[in-house]
Amino acid sequence: MARQTQGAGVFPPMNISQDDDNFYLRAEVPGIKPGELSISALRNRVSIAGKREIPREHERVSYHRKERAEGAFNRAVTLPMEVDPERVDARYADGILTLTLPKAEQAKPRQIAVRT
Amino acid sequence: MATEAATDIQKAEASNVTTVPEQTRTGAVYSPAVDIFENDSSITLLADMPGVKPSDLEIDLRENVLTLTGRVTPTGTSNESNVLREYRPGTFFRQFTLSEAIDQPKIDAQLTDGVLRLELPKVAKARPRQITVRSA
Repeated sequence: MARQTQGAGVFPPMNISQDDDNFYLRAEVPGIKPGELSISALRNRVSIAGKREIPREHERVSYHRKERAEGAFNRAVTLPMEVDPERVDARYADGILTLTLPKAEQAKPRQIAVRT
Repeated sequence: MATEAATDIQKAEASNVTTVPEQTRTGAVYSPAVDIFENDSSITLLADMPGVKPSDLEIDLRENVLTLTGRVTPTGTSNESNVLREYRPGTFFRQFTLSEAIDQPKIDAQLTDGVLRLELPKVAKARPRQITVRSA
């Protein structure tokens, strides 16, 4: 089954999901130093930028295969509603970056009770 | 090999493995991108397997066939609904036939940040020996 790609080959691939309080953004970025990631959030946009570097091997080596790509990346996504940038949580484990973006209070829909 | 024109990283299409082995559970199986290189003393394999913890990685070497299987534990609670879905987590699987004799007890595997580094030291007799040519 082919993978569905929305970004037409843009790195890193992301999955975004939501519940009532937060957006959850997960991106596959293996082999990155977390300090080299630049994550910023404003209103309803979040951007992730960084550089994937593959360390040079010191001795004389001959390559059989070289399939892994390296380079700079910079991606911005627009979320369906605004988030609170002060409370965004970012974690990096096992090559997956997980951002928890709390929805801004004023952007959350209010339940409206119907009077009879 | 052609050089890349852009310096920005492009996302590689995940190649889906459809041949053996098929898992009993449903789910995608992906072939991880690898770099393989060798020097005189060892062969080194680097594989990108994001989302795989060291406890979920199996490395098997028998009869010169190296098999890598990396399982991904699904994250997220059932309360979550999807907004954007660009990748589907799946098991990583790849097999290689090694042409060199490997010193099995000295194999070293390290998995950090989703990148596996596998060092396969060659058996001493498989290392190239320089043969000097004498002039008669």
